[in-house]
Amino acid sequence: MSGIGEPILELKNISASYDAISVLHDVNITVRRGEVMALLGPNGAGKSTVLKIASALMRPTQGSVHIAGHDLTGAAASELARLGVCTIPEGRGIFPNLTVRENLEMAARKGLSVSVIQERAFARFPILAERRTQLAGTLSGGQQQMLSLARGLATDPVLLMLDEMSMGLAPIVVADLYEQVQAIAAEGVSVLVIEQFARTVLGIADTAVVMSHGHVRFSGNARDVDEATLSSAYLGTK
Amino acid sequence: MQQLVAYTVIGLTTGAIYALASSGLVVTYVTSGVFNIAHGAIGMIAAFSYWQVRFEWGWPAPVALFAILGVLCPALGLVIDRVALRGLAQATEVTRLTATVALMAAFIGIATWIWPPENRQPFRGFFDGNNVSVLGVNVGWNKIIALIAAVVVAGGLRILLYKTRLGIQMRAVVDDRSLAELNGARPARIASASWALGASLAGLAGILLAAEVQLNVVPLTLLVINAYAAAIFGRLKSLPLTFLGAMALGLTEAYLLWGQGQSWFPETIGGFSTSGLRQATPTIFLFLLLMLLPQAKLRAGAARVRERSAIPQWNTAILGAAVLVIGSIAVTGMMTRSNTIYLIQALIMALAVVSLVPLTGYAGLVSLAPLTFAGIGAVLMSKMPGDGNVVSLIAVVVVVALIGAVVALPALRLEGIYLALATGAFALLVSILVFNQGKIFSNGVAEVPPLRLPGVDLSQPRPKAIFLSVAFAVVGLLLVALRRSSLGRQFVAMKDSPLAGATLGMNLVRTKALAFAMSAAIASLAGALDAGKVAPDNYTFDRSLPILLLAIVSGVGSIGGAFFGGMLLGSNTVLASIVPSVSNITQVMPGLIGLSMGRNPNGTASQIATGFRPVTSHPQSLLTALSGIGALWLLTSVDIISHWGFFAALVIWGLGIVPNLPALAVTSGRSRALCLLIAAVGMGIAAFFDDIFEAVPTGGRLLAIIVLFVVVGNAIRRIHTPVAPTSKSSPDLMGLTGFTPEELSQSDRAIKVVP
Repeated sequence: MSGIGEPILELKNISASYDAISVLHDVNITVRRGEVMALLGPNGAGKSTVLKIASALMRPTQGSVHIAGHDLTGAAASELARLGVCTIPEGRGIFPNLTVRENLEMAARKGLSVSVIQERAFARFPILAERRTQLAGTLSGGQQQMLSLARGLATDPVLLMLDEMSMGLAPIVVADLYEQVQAIAAEGVSVLVIEQFARTVLGIADTAVVMSHGHVRFSGNARDVDEATLSSAYLGTK
Repeated sequence: MQQLVAYTVIGLTTGAIYALASSGLVVTYVTSGVFNIAHGAIGMIAAFSYWQVRFEWGWPAPVALFAILGVLCPALGLVIDRVALRGLAQATEVTRLTATVALMAAFIGIATWIWPPENRQPFRGFFDGNNVSVLGVNVGWNKIIALIAAVVVAGGLRILLYKTRLGIQMRAVVDDRSLAELNGARPARIASASWALGASLAGLAGILLAAEVQLNVVPLTLLVINAYAAAIFGRLKSLPLTFLGAMALGLTEAYLLWGQGQSWFPETIGGFSTSGLRQATPTIFLFLLLMLLPQAKLRAGAARVRERSAIPQWNTAILGAAVLVIGSIAVTGMMTRSNTIYLIQALIMALAVVSLVPLTGYAGLVSLAPLTFAGIGAVLMSKMPGDGNVVSLIAVVVVVALIGAVVALPALRLEGIYLALATGAFALLVSILVFNQGKIFSNGVAEVPPLRLPGVDLSQPRPKAIFLSVAFAVVGLLLVALRRSSLGRQFVAMKDSPLAGATLGMNLVRTKALAFAMSAAIASLAGALDAGKVAPDNYTFDRSLPILLLAIVSGVGSIGGAFFGGMLLGSNTVLASIVPSVSNITQVMPGLIGLSMGRNPNGTASQIATGFRPVTSHPQSLLTALSGIGALWLLTSVDIISHWGFFAALVIWGLGIVPNLPALAVTSGRSRALCLLIAAVGMGIAAFFDDIFEAVPTGGRLLAIIVLFVVVGNAIRRIHTPVAPTSKSSPDLMGLTGFTPEELSQSDRAIKVVP
């Protein structure tokens, strides 16, 4: 399945730094249409920085970001969001002090009414319909993750990026959520999944990129990620 | 009965005005996370501007209202958001609070300047002279309009925040700014919209209020305390509760007013006059509400890059103290008597500023009341038997320290803005209820005796100036000792992470109380050593604001910075007296300097603020900076350069060139020569300012000076430091920003994280 569609997200020769400290060195990543890519690596490898750059929350010091073939380096995050790039950041992408309904309303824009969003979201996760007037901060962890996923998907994204979705959730909830992610990819949405724990995500991914210390160490088919690749990235052994 | 109805109506309408003001405050807080201390000042500016266009220029009321509420106030809100606060989105709450304090100080200065008290005409409310009969009581239209406006605004805000997309986005941005952005919201625009709205609401309240209390800069600004109290009643979130609080407050005030006219109302309680009670109602209300707030949750140190000041070293501290004392002996020998008195005032200010070093700098607690403690010190010293005996001084310091600790105790549960407001309320309460008593300041004056030391006559300016330098040096050395002690480390630990401190077995209550006590003790010196006749006006809340501002701007963690801040405050008086034509500008200065903090980290103005810190820790630069000022002074006093030239040169020198001095010291070759050339040209233009800008009116001249210093400062900085790529700070790297890339790659190699 990998390598069939046209490129949706292309990061070309990306370098990035936090003040004086460089965290990404010449990173190249391409996500194609309908592909689920797992971005793996130990803590501090630069995974979240890749996500920040791909969603325009941060600017690279070098290199360029292309979405569906258009160079969007330096665009605002809100602009990318309106173009169909949906990012769910680490740690539940919800607004805790807004109600479930208001959270969904945040995704509404020209040509996409609140009622359509609600319909789609509640169809995918019926539990949210019951909680629509509740403050999102009072939902359980899994429900919060559902809410952010539901909101993201209601916007018909071309690219969905998930950062550490499994964090702090029970394994059974994680399995559930990843099932949904697989279904989404089957609809033709490209998905970039960031995980520190490789096993959870390799099962559903088509391709994988393994990073450590700001370098891409492996890039290819998800099935080809073996113990040796992972342990060298995670433990630094050769 | 009729009377009671009348006072109820008065109370409700006053409450309505408070409600309008506080709803604006809550809207900006809820949508931008900034508690706007300057909210009242915006209302004050709006009231004055309305008076200008309505009564001075004779515009019809609807046009005037639209011009102020529809154009001026939103524009003001936008400018505040863009200029003062945008760069502070990631800053600590204390920094953002200080930026709005700076705004308030700047607005007060600007209003006093544009509308001097002597030529103010009466402010008339809407449909002045026409009354409506409500339940048999005549009520002015202004009051009715206030009531209607409050109801309309209450409903409108509710709909805006909960039913419209803009409102939901506003609330979402407060919850999680970058997530809102990932959902397609544009936080910058949303913040601007809420500031524009908040400013308009402040303006409306200001105009309605001015009709009731007339035009007066400080009272109009401070009447916002009522709004604070109501907003706190609503826990800064709930608009309905805020409105309720405002009404309760308005009614309490009205009934007190009624009660004071009744025979049963006590004129004195325990020998103290109750006349200030009504005026103090909102402040008491605010203070009580703050005391009733639930305990602030202990927070872990948030992962962000903090301002850190290096631990002071003994050798530099002793050197600094010696230089200060020897310098003051040498300098005062050459100074005229009147200049020595200015120096004394600057040293007193320096003592007041340095009182914030242990409290705000080390322990991270904000106080809006440093001068209140100085005032208490002055009063106690004047009442103390012994006529300036050293023992009395020690007693005064100890008593004020105890008062500081006691005042701190109820405030200990509070944090951030709540703590700052509590100290502000304390300052106001002392001013209104204590300092205004005839017993405390007899006929508004207290006589502080000079300290009696064997062999020294401290009633003479020169020995007094030298003695104050010695006192500052001693306080400075004690603070160095404190910072290096275990208690000092506890202060800093409490600032960084109260949670971690508590889990390590630190007694937070004791630590906080000690920080307040020490700060109060140092501040009391600023009052007790200021011998002579003093008035309660010296120690008001609005005078404490510049102290806090300059302390923070000049580096509140460093004693050198505090000294510099004090000198800067003192130099305002000097500037005003030798350059009378620009005395108004000096009132605006502290505010403007404080505001510069809020600029984008890469902007010009914040370079000024942060730029002073390296200067104060780089002896050659500090010396150069001070000699430059001295030279300018000298040139002006022998009439080589004019007063305007002096002012322009001082601005260019102090704000444009001095911050660059440490960097220039390490640049060399062509770029250094180029910088010096630009500096020389800038100073040249400034020195002959009067000749070049002969035909330009005051406003244009000011603008020219600002443009000149921005151009000079920016040009020099660009040359010696190439523009760095913009990047956000990493949350993972707190405190690691002090390393050079070489050091980092070295350590990377050392621990074998890179091949």
